[in-house]
Amino acid sequence: MTELRIPASEAGLIERARRGDREAFYELLRPCERMVYATALSVLKNPADAEEVSQEAVLKAFTGLKSFRAEARFSTWLVQITYNEARMRLRKARPHLYESLDGHSEDGDGNISPRDFADWQPIPSELLEKEEIRQAVHDAINSLSPAYREVLVLRDLQHLSIKETMTILGISETSVKTRLHRARLQLRDALAPGLDGCWVRGEPYRKVRAW
Amino acid sequence: MAIIEISCVEVWREISNYLDGEISAELRERMAAHFKVCAHCTAVLEGTQNVVGLVGDGRLFQVPDGFSKRLYKKIFNR
Repeated sequence: MTELRIPASEAGLIERARRGDREAFYELLRPCERMVYATALSVLKNPADAEEVSQEAVLKAFTGLKSFRAEARFSTWLVQITYNEARMRLRKARPHLYESLDGHSEDGDGNISPRDFADWQPIPSELLEKEEIRQAVHDAINSLSPAYREVLVLRDLQHLSIKETMTILGISETSVKTRLHRARLQLRDALAPGLDGCWVRGEPYRKVRAW
Repeated sequence: MAIIEISCVEVWREISNYLDGEISAELRERMAAHFKVCAHCTAVLEGTQNVVGLVGDGRLFQVPDGFSKRLYKKIFNR
């Protein structure tokens, strides 16, 4: 295993936070806030629940900092705690939904045939300035099964490495790659109706295709 | 040396790894040669690249206003 290099500043802050220095802990936390919230939101899909779970996860991290062994980066460890908290919340609130989170049978070798949109026109990233476009992308992400969504959010939204994703979710490298692959292709399919040109004109999307 | 051809199905299976640079140089070369002649696979590649870019764009998603401040309070008031 390659040695993990923790920046000296991070190590110093962790040491201070372990001794109960809340300012140091907050400083450690600042760069990870977005990550924590995105993680909670990707599981719970509800901003209010996501914020509450983020706060709980952060407090849990603060009190549990003594057990942090620096085998992972602080951010990886924190995201892992957030996942556990969010999943626990989901399990309590909606047990019927939680079952699908454990679905590991989706990693089989079945091939995916991407739909034939040979005339794919890119959705320009500038359109993300528009609320309805952001919403359409969020809806597409939320339409993925939890196992795929989790990997996509960690890898593509939060830009975490394959290794960090493996650590946080406790899955193999092959599972990370397979799930990410399927998530991306499904997302492409889900957003493809935008091909009708409405994205490009920047108007609210109007459904004109059968799918 | 001639590049060994690759099928569309094989290309689809590796598109994500291709984007992430998680494939061998040999496979990369075979896929690149395939994209030059296959409009369908190129559309899949470009579409996938497009959605990956959108998901990773900082504008897609913001933490709620005051999130950080409320977190700070939570840490200090516990």
